[in-house]
Amino acid sequence: MVEQHLRLRSDEPVADPAVTVDSFAQQTNAVAVRLEPGDDARDLLPYLTRLKLVEVNFPAFTEGRGYSSARILREAGFTGELRAVGDIAVDQLAPLRRCGFDSFAPDAPLSDADAEAALSRWSNVYQPAADDRTPIWTLRHGQSR
Amino acid sequence: MYVYDHYDQQMVDTRVAEFRDQTRRRIEGTLSEENFRPLRLQNGLYLQLHAYMLRVAVPYGTLSGAQMRMLGDIADKYDRGYGHFTTRQNIQYNWIKLEEAPDILADLATVEMHAIQTSGNCIRNTTSDQFAGATPDEVVDPRPYGELIRQWSTFHPEFLTLPRKFKIAIIASETDRAAMRLHDIGINLVKNEAGELGAAFYVGGGMGRTPMIAPLIRDFVPLDQFITYAEACLRVYNRYGRRDNKYKARIKILVHELGAAEYTRQVEAEFAHLLTLQNTAGNIEPPLAELERIKAYFADPAFESGLSDSLDLANADFAKWVATNTAPHKVPGYAIVSISCKPVGGIPGDATADQIRLMADLGRDLSFDELRVTHTQNIVLPHVKKADLFGLWSKLVAADLATANIDQIGDIIACPGLDYCSLANARSIPVAQKISQAFASNGKGEKLGELKLKISGCIIACGHHHAGHIGILGVDRKGTENYQLSLGGSEGADCSLGTITGPGFDEDGIVGAVEKATDVYLANKQGEERFLDTYRRIGMAPFKDAIYAKEPVNG
Repeated sequence: MVEQHLRLRSDEPVADPAVTVDSFAQQTNAVAVRLEPGDDARDLLPYLTRLKLVEVNFPAFTEGRGYSSARILREAGFTGELRAVGDIAVDQLAPLRRCGFDSFAPDAPLSDADAEAALSRWSNVYQPAADDRTPIWTLRHGQSR
Repeated sequence: MYVYDHYDQQMVDTRVAEFRDQTRRRIEGTLSEENFRPLRLQNGLYLQLHAYMLRVAVPYGTLSGAQMRMLGDIADKYDRGYGHFTTRQNIQYNWIKLEEAPDILADLATVEMHAIQTSGNCIRNTTSDQFAGATPDEVVDPRPYGELIRQWSTFHPEFLTLPRKFKIAIIASETDRAAMRLHDIGINLVKNEAGELGAAFYVGGGMGRTPMIAPLIRDFVPLDQFITYAEACLRVYNRYGRRDNKYKARIKILVHELGAAEYTRQVEAEFAHLLTLQNTAGNIEPPLAELERIKAYFADPAFESGLSDSLDLANADFAKWVATNTAPHKVPGYAIVSISCKPVGGIPGDATADQIRLMADLGRDLSFDELRVTHTQNIVLPHVKKADLFGLWSKLVAADLATANIDQIGDIIACPGLDYCSLANARSIPVAQKISQAFASNGKGEKLGELKLKISGCIIACGHHHAGHIGILGVDRKGTENYQLSLGGSEGADCSLGTITGPGFDEDGIVGAVEKATDVYLANKQGEERFLDTYRRIGMAPFKDAIYAKEPVNG
């Protein structure tokens, strides 16, 4: 379990350790799972009702598959905690947030001020993603969404 | 052409502030070079052999006079008084100081320009047909669709850490002037039998070490779904593209290894899923009103009607230039002008600050304030009145910009090569200069007609050598530069990849080999055949015989 992390949710954190995708499928009481880059997020879709936490591992900052995993889970209606873990720098926070992550446990700690600045830098976005932000091309035409 | 609104301007300004902060952290040492690298790359900043290089985006190759002027001013203010137009329709500056890079981006932002995603493993600047909006042979002006792709792909949060770089080209003409099928995604806008516009998707093309011509994976995507389709193509690639080996990480390898049919099946499944989000907050597709808004910016300028097409061609040099460097325009009395950045013996694609500013003024005054950068490293003035051609030509002559060689052997594409690039194995520029000089002095350049010669200084193939009628690849052979020759490539609608002739040559040997290949063409040419047509008809053997006949092969 990662001790220190940035969490943008107000509910109680899940105390259970995250298990592998294979173990998760076999343990009918597990509520937390860890996705590695090569895992298929769609394997989790049958279990969304009992799933409370998905940890997505980024072993290197160049690893980009977790961004798609997160969006796939959000697009399927997953509302639990999506936590990015691993080699995450402050410059990745904004795109991770847009892909649906609401919790970050980087290997190296982030300064609160840097994280706050990174997450509030962009006042608008060009395209839809898994957050609730209205893209510019919708705002231009007077629709909220 | 497209004009930023406050949203676009704010996005670019925010990016400048973000990059200024990242650069400050790097210079202070709180950001390591390893962590800074992907950030600077996504702002077009490379570390080259001698200095930083900055690559500035020219979306779909279109520029205003004021934008072009700024490119000239930046060359003077921050570089050594010149810039280099690239095969990505962009411009590069080769002598940049890291601490000044944020200031350059701030200057660019004042004319609605940037260097966003001109490098790095993300969706790069979208390229297009340099004759868009001017040529009579297009179905529709492809640039509004290119602008939609620009918005969609800019800071796309899911696709900033792809397995490898990703290049999209969009055209709307059967005459492919943008090497569309040699891109990760090539989009050709077409009309179906009902007369409706849609997008044909070609996915998995590219050059580099394993060149591939993109297969067609969908012949018609309705225009109110084409961004969603692109998203599906990218998601499948982001999830399944190879990340274990950077030489196998481009989408062409995924498409090749899965097979086009299986890749297509996966894209179609993802596309079907994304379409289910249509009526939710997750809808991928922009509203059609946005496309209409963008299209209004690309409406025809106020062309005069009833102009004459006749020209006084009494001046032989002018007549020659008109024949090679102008193309038919869709409106009578107008021409599309290509300005060659390939003077005899010059560095292909280089232009001085003064030349850039002159072209900016000419574009402003004589082409409705519009210019284009071509993937062949030249500049286009898309809408010039024929009555203005002689005056334009005279000014270009005075600035050494009137070389009459478009699409001829002197119009060489060459990457910066080992003179600048940290990835190169061999120099490209001196080879281009020698070939250009040889064919100017022996007078054959003109006689050869259309002959596209392309040079890359390494296997990455920035110089598009695979697609050259004649291609040259520089390699490192036991510590010396060696040049491989290939024949029969084409980037056009008849897209094909060149075949290597045999053992390589040294710098002088490659010039001789090119001369022999052109002699074979001239001796065998039938009727109006181009070099490429003759090669395709008679095959490699006669060329090989001539090239390797007498002189000992070096290397």
